[in-house]
Amino acid sequence: MEGIQLIEIKEEIMSDNRDLADDLRKRLKKEKTFLLNLMSSPGAGKTSLILQTIARISDSLTIGVLEADIDSMVDAEKVASTGVHAVQLRTGGFCHLDAPMVAKGLEAFTLEDLDLVIIENVGNLVCPAEFDTGAIRNAMILSVPEGDDKPLKYPLMFSICDVLLVNKIDYLALSDFDMNAMKERVVKLNPDIRIIEISCKTGQGIDAWADWLSREVREFVGK
Amino acid sequence: MHELPVTQSILDIVLKHAHMNQVKSVHAINLVIGEMSDLEDEWIQRYFDYLSRDTVAQGARLNIERVPVVLRCELCSHSFELDIRKMEDICCPACGEKKFSFVSGREYYIKNMEAE
Repeated sequence: MEGIQLIEIKEEIMSDNRDLADDLRKRLKKEKTFLLNLMSSPGAGKTSLILQTIARISDSLTIGVLEADIDSMVDAEKVASTGVHAVQLRTGGFCHLDAPMVAKGLEAFTLEDLDLVIIENVGNLVCPAEFDTGAIRNAMILSVPEGDDKPLKYPLMFSICDVLLVNKIDYLALSDFDMNAMKERVVKLNPDIRIIEISCKTGQGIDAWADWLSREVREFVGK
Repeated sequence: MHELPVTQSILDIVLKHAHMNQVKSVHAINLVIGEMSDLEDEWIQRYFDYLSRDTVAQGARLNIERVPVVLRCELCSHSFELDIRKMEDICCPACGEKKFSFVSGREYYIKNMEAE
């Protein structure tokens, strides 16, 4: 096999996306807008959490919501009914959002008027974990009915998030979900993660989440 | 499903380096992927075969080197390999501590390629 040479590359796959995500973060810093990437499985409670969050903090912070959905407008309509600016980004079958898609979606907002934009990512625990959206913080929801074994099945997702919200804790009594075992599995993958137990239905724990988010936003935007 | 944009990114990087090195044809591409990432070998190759048609990378074989998840104990600095998909409680085999940092397992890059 004469003439064959080994060419060193040593380049990150998806480095283009990472660079664009870094650019977006710089722009957000300048515009003083905090971007939160919210991820979970379908049905874990992303839209419910966003509605609860808006109810808690929209008095003091201006909020926009970027809804990613494979092909419907249901979530954006729900969020828009609260009076918050919601933009629907139909992904047309795509399983995740990446930085260029988010940048495009953000064009629909006047960022300088907003303290916080929440991305409701596509419901999926696999693909969104691989793509940096340009968000300042990543949060995920795991709901009790999904089971305490999810960190074992989707380790990357649990390892890239700053916050894990364990939703539907009002179901705990009816299930064999082992909260301590789940937490141990998560902390093993991500020692710095903050875990907050919530119920969007009863409102339990939502204040702790809203406080954390408000603090992070204020610190970032200097408000 | 995200294998498609990932494969496109691999092809873009490979073609850039192929152009820089003025190669006629790429035979193999060696990737390093940590065990934390889901990436299906078979699908990546299939997408690659499709996307690389009529380029110098057409027909190239993708080799994936998997890097195990290795943790380092925060207390005694002992490093050990971990099967992240096992249910068992994890503690440091040397001292029993339960706090760790990552040594490897998150790699996601193209190491090199064989070309002429």
